[in-house]
Amino acid sequence: MDHPAFVEHLHAAFPGQILGSNEFRGDLSVTVARDAIVDVARHLRDTPEFAFVALTNLCAVDYLGRDPRFEVVYHLVSYANRRRICLKVGLPEHEAVVPSLTGLWHGANWHEREAFDMFGIHFSGHPNLERILMPEDWQGHPLRKDVPLGEEEVAFTFNEERIYARKPFARE
Amino acid sequence: MTLAPTRTGISLAVPSPNDITAPALAGGRETMVLNMGPHHPSTHGVLRLVVELDGETVVRVAPDIGFLHTGIEKTMEHKTYQQAVVLTDRTDYLAPLSNNLSYVLAVEKLLGCEIPPRATTARVLLTELQRIASHLVWMSSHALDLAAMSVFLYGFREREQILDIFELVSGARMMTSYFRVGGLAYDLPSEFPGAVQGFLDIIPAAIDEYEALLTRNPVWLERTQGIGAITTEDAIAYGLTGPGLRATGIAWDLRRDMPYCGYETYDFDIPVAQHGDIYDRYLVRMAEMRESAKIVAQALRRLQELGPGPHVTSDRKVAPPPKSEITHSMEALIHHFKLWTEGFKPPRGDAYVAIESPRGELGTYIVSDGSPKPYRVHLRAPSFANLQALPHMAEGHLMADLVALIASMDPILGEVDR
Repeated sequence: MDHPAFVEHLHAAFPGQILGSNEFRGDLSVTVARDAIVDVARHLRDTPEFAFVALTNLCAVDYLGRDPRFEVVYHLVSYANRRRICLKVGLPEHEAVVPSLTGLWHGANWHEREAFDMFGIHFSGHPNLERILMPEDWQGHPLRKDVPLGEEEVAFTFNEERIYARKPFARE
Repeated sequence: MTLAPTRTGISLAVPSPNDITAPALAGGRETMVLNMGPHHPSTHGVLRLVVELDGETVVRVAPDIGFLHTGIEKTMEHKTYQQAVVLTDRTDYLAPLSNNLSYVLAVEKLLGCEIPPRATTARVLLTELQRIASHLVWMSSHALDLAAMSVFLYGFREREQILDIFELVSGARMMTSYFRVGGLAYDLPSEFPGAVQGFLDIIPAAIDEYEALLTRNPVWLERTQGIGAITTEDAIAYGLTGPGLRATGIAWDLRRDMPYCGYETYDFDIPVAQHGDIYDRYLVRMAEMRESAKIVAQALRRLQELGPGPHVTSDRKVAPPPKSEITHSMEALIHHFKLWTEGFKPPRGDAYVAIESPRGELGTYIVSDGSPKPYRVHLRAPSFANLQALPHMAEGHLMADLVALIASMDPILGEVDR
């Protein structure tokens, strides 16, 4: 199935839920409505013709100043057809919540925790949505575009008291 | 050999450390919680594991990662495309050339630029050498974790020879940054074919030597066979790729199935095994080293047939003109100036490129906003995804088997944490 026919099929299977599609350098990406992402992913995984059986990548992008501000990007792969598909879900700034795919793939777990840690995106239905790379008491989400680079001052013995005094654990 | 785990709580597919420590602190449980790492020799870096034990049997394991998080993805957003190559070396520090390749292929896809055949062939040759070097470190440290000291010494002996070749071409043994957007950093030196041929002459006998030490060694078999097995369905559900996936019986290798750099024109096999246990992952990686040596030999022959030629693209918007041109061409001087003061600007768009790194699918997702710096880079690190399957594989095995299991997953924490 070529790209236009594939997009046509998705439009027919999920009327009103496919918000757009884009082809760049031969790769197809499909923008899906937030509430339909689990159903679309399950459809692509379980339909024998597509057999996108594996979720290889999941990450988020912050388009600060654009609405919707956040985008969650999913890359599925089909071993039988040797094809990839990219799904995208846009999320508004004040309601950055998207249904979790951990029910379909166990492997979505850490990728979603990373997107939560780095961007503050919530994945509803995730079994343990906690920080994964940053310390548990960290404040903010470092990969957001409104977090500047180099904000964190490095602690040496001559300045550690001054730096540690500003940390959350000092107030406990 | 393996005991059934005593289930005392809800089993999560991928538990977090709090899922184990919180009920333990609340009390009333028969099991013991053991902290392993982050500074433990068998955790291959700084992996912390929270292990719930019933006697010596592992009930649940929760990996705790992030100790090596250095914000590489954030830093890349503040570098030009060419500068960011240097940061990719630091993710999977046992296979820097594979990281370089995944990143530069993604940028080249955004740019849509052509790479000369000499550079592409050199990339194939060097990444296959890198695969052998990475597998040698895996094999050596895996054997060392199971108390086979001599394999470690033999493995590092051959790896040193590969690092010498990397030093010959790039000047650095490990952090090579040799692949650049548009081609290679420098042309291959004249000593290069001889050095690679010298390595190819010794490596088959060296792999025979390692296999003589391990493949039918009763202690090795006892420690690895039937331990940490995973089925193909579970492996796919956990996003496992690379030798771990192929050991379950599925022949999925991006070099053959979604070829890049012209891998479809090389003759090689995809080793697979059936049981998905530690021993099968060992067999797959050992066979992969032999296949990589075959590819290196073919690429070397191809390089000699191609003869001397350009090592970077002729697209002056991406790669600088040669020095000789700058002295008498105004246009060449402008190109050089623009590349050094600003960098090149790929068109708006996003691209995902995945390659088969020694550990599995190494993907780079780049979003370009048309400026000389990447708007967003995400590195899909194979170790990060593979490590999620560890709790599933370890359940019900002995604590000592957990050490063997971590080694067989070959996680590189620099890549897990980025």
